[in-house]
Amino acid sequence: MRKLLLQNGWRSPLTLPAPAPSESALAELGAQVDRAARRRLGRSLAIREVDAGSCNGCELEIHALNNAFYDLERFGFHFVASPRHADVLLVTGPVTVNMREALERTYAATPDPKWVVAVGDCGRDGGVFAGGYACVGGVAEVIPVDLHIPGCPPNPMQLLEGLLALLQVVR
Amino acid sequence: MSATNTNSALLTVLGVGQPVTGHRPWSRFVVTAETWNALLAGLAKGRWSLLGLWGEPGMVHLAAHEFETGTPGIGSLPCSAGEFPSVGRWHPPAQRLERAIADLVGLQPAAGPDLRPWLDHGRWPLRHPLGAPTTPTEALPPYPFLPTEGESLHQIPVGPVHAGIIEPGHFRFTANGEAVVRLEERLGYVHKGIESLLNGASLERAARLVGRVSGDSTVAYALAFARAVEAATETEIPARAHWLRALMAELERLANHCGDIGAVCNDAAFALMLAHCAVLREQVLRASAACFGHRLLMDCVVPGGVAVDLPADGVPILRALLAEMRRAFPPLVELYDNTASLQDRTANTGTLDPTLVQQFGCGGVIGRAAGRAFDARREPGYPPYDQLEFEVPVRRESDVNARVWIRIREVEQSLALIEGILERLPSGPVRGALNQPGRLVEGMALVEGFRGDILVWLRLAADGTVARCHPRDPSWFQWPLLEAAIEGNIVADFPLCNKSFNCSYSGHDL
Repeated sequence: MRKLLLQNGWRSPLTLPAPAPSESALAELGAQVDRAARRRLGRSLAIREVDAGSCNGCELEIHALNNAFYDLERFGFHFVASPRHADVLLVTGPVTVNMREALERTYAATPDPKWVVAVGDCGRDGGVFAGGYACVGGVAEVIPVDLHIPGCPPNPMQLLEGLLALLQVVR
Repeated sequence: MSATNTNSALLTVLGVGQPVTGHRPWSRFVVTAETWNALLAGLAKGRWSLLGLWGEPGMVHLAAHEFETGTPGIGSLPCSAGEFPSVGRWHPPAQRLERAIADLVGLQPAAGPDLRPWLDHGRWPLRHPLGAPTTPTEALPPYPFLPTEGESLHQIPVGPVHAGIIEPGHFRFTANGEAVVRLEERLGYVHKGIESLLNGASLERAARLVGRVSGDSTVAYALAFARAVEAATETEIPARAHWLRALMAELERLANHCGDIGAVCNDAAFALMLAHCAVLREQVLRASAACFGHRLLMDCVVPGGVAVDLPADGVPILRALLAEMRRAFPPLVELYDNTASLQDRTANTGTLDPTLVQQFGCGGVIGRAAGRAFDARREPGYPPYDQLEFEVPVRRESDVNARVWIRIREVEQSLALIEGILERLPSGPVRGALNQPGRLVEGMALVEGFRGDILVWLRLAADGTVARCHPRDPSWFQWPLLEAAIEGNIVADFPLCNKSFNCSYSGHDL
């Protein structure tokens, strides 16, 4: 293990340079964030991920944000285990009818000020699963959404661009 | 792949029934209650294992697989009275499947041992979406969890929203101090009604839907769907397509196994392995995107072949990936093997009784870590694996450590397979037109995903659309065994056991 750790000390980092915040995301966020909230949060945002019925593809790419290439924490984002500790809910999936109440309760348990980011084509409008008896179809049908990051699934760069846009507005 | 085998006891039992024409590649028979009961007796005695159990209005289908002869077969029982003789009564692995049939189709397992709803949480606007849908007139009673009695027991309810970036489901632990006395799972939270959405869908839309039953197995699901369609329509696809499909399937296996090995170690608080394994996984995904245009390879396998050909620079990209994996992976294996504090957590943790694994016909890593050598690439097998040499690693300890080692060995096998595929990749077209039978046809396929064997059964209407399609995730036969594996372990080892199984919620809830 020591050899591996030493080698890592010498190696140049794998981490990619930060992308520019997404233009469309910035436009969607607009000026909806008040100054008081920005001051209170500083530059650090705690994210609670909620799977509201995704196929787990979005989860795989959200996981990838934590790997050495994307290293999400360098921007002040970190994933937390409880909605009580969260500033941002990152919601995936077409919101299944069976998950609706759990999502509403997670939102209610998140302290203000809070932002909701709907991830993936499913989170936007139900995606391929829209129209059935078992899906509500779109996160915004259930809780207010501040930002959509489309894609099936969005790749880590697209996720980063969206989250960085959120950070710019909040900062 | 011959569908007939005269030595098969399964086919002898099934053969009494009416053979269904236009069902390929294996036979389906409409059977009487007597034959149905003989099928159940064979399951209970372990003469064959359960591959799937699903329903449609007025009929239940049971797919089984016989060990010695490797023959799959389907028995279909008409149930005009709205019920069928319970399979779960004699063969516990069928219990959740028949509860799902009761919820979705409305056919009741007569004298079933567990009649609680499973996927239906009493929240849908209708009942029996795949049968004769009715509007619920009264709410379902609260879900009755199994009772636990005894001194000093306490319960820990977990979920559906979990603490990590994972899928939702509910776990009800009953513990005596630190030791888990019982775990009861409550799933169905991510039920999306996929089977209902598939009814009447075009092949193009259906392929996209089935490719999203479980996102981490998108290649394997798309492959199983495509193979079932090609079997039903008797379509031969170009040779190059077979090889590219296998290439994608092995890339998917590689990426997922790398992620899982790291994640298991991370759940033992050994984050270094996760950091390195996540880099390997990312490199596989990047190579996949560079070669086929999608990191997870979604929608790349389609009925008739593959949607994307390997570009000219694809071979050097993949060879570079192989070289990098061969350089970076062995030191990680050594690190895992030589870290006593990590082994202390994984060895003898979450040990699963191999007889349960046999009984449940549990496939994938979990089965092979418990001595069950089943691998759908070998048996019943499909091209090009019949022309490729590879080993199916098997261990017998059946603990978390064994499941990590099976993944390690399978990573090595996948690297060798990809190398073999690149060497022998035939040239030519990658996609052909499907035959249009112009009548009702049925097909079935069994494909080995990274998690285990995926079954897709379908019926195509005369106009070529999907009349009925049932995808069965390997997790159906793995989730119940997690309840058995955790028994007697400490609560703190649950994440470790759970990750070593890595069952799919979405694939199961459908």
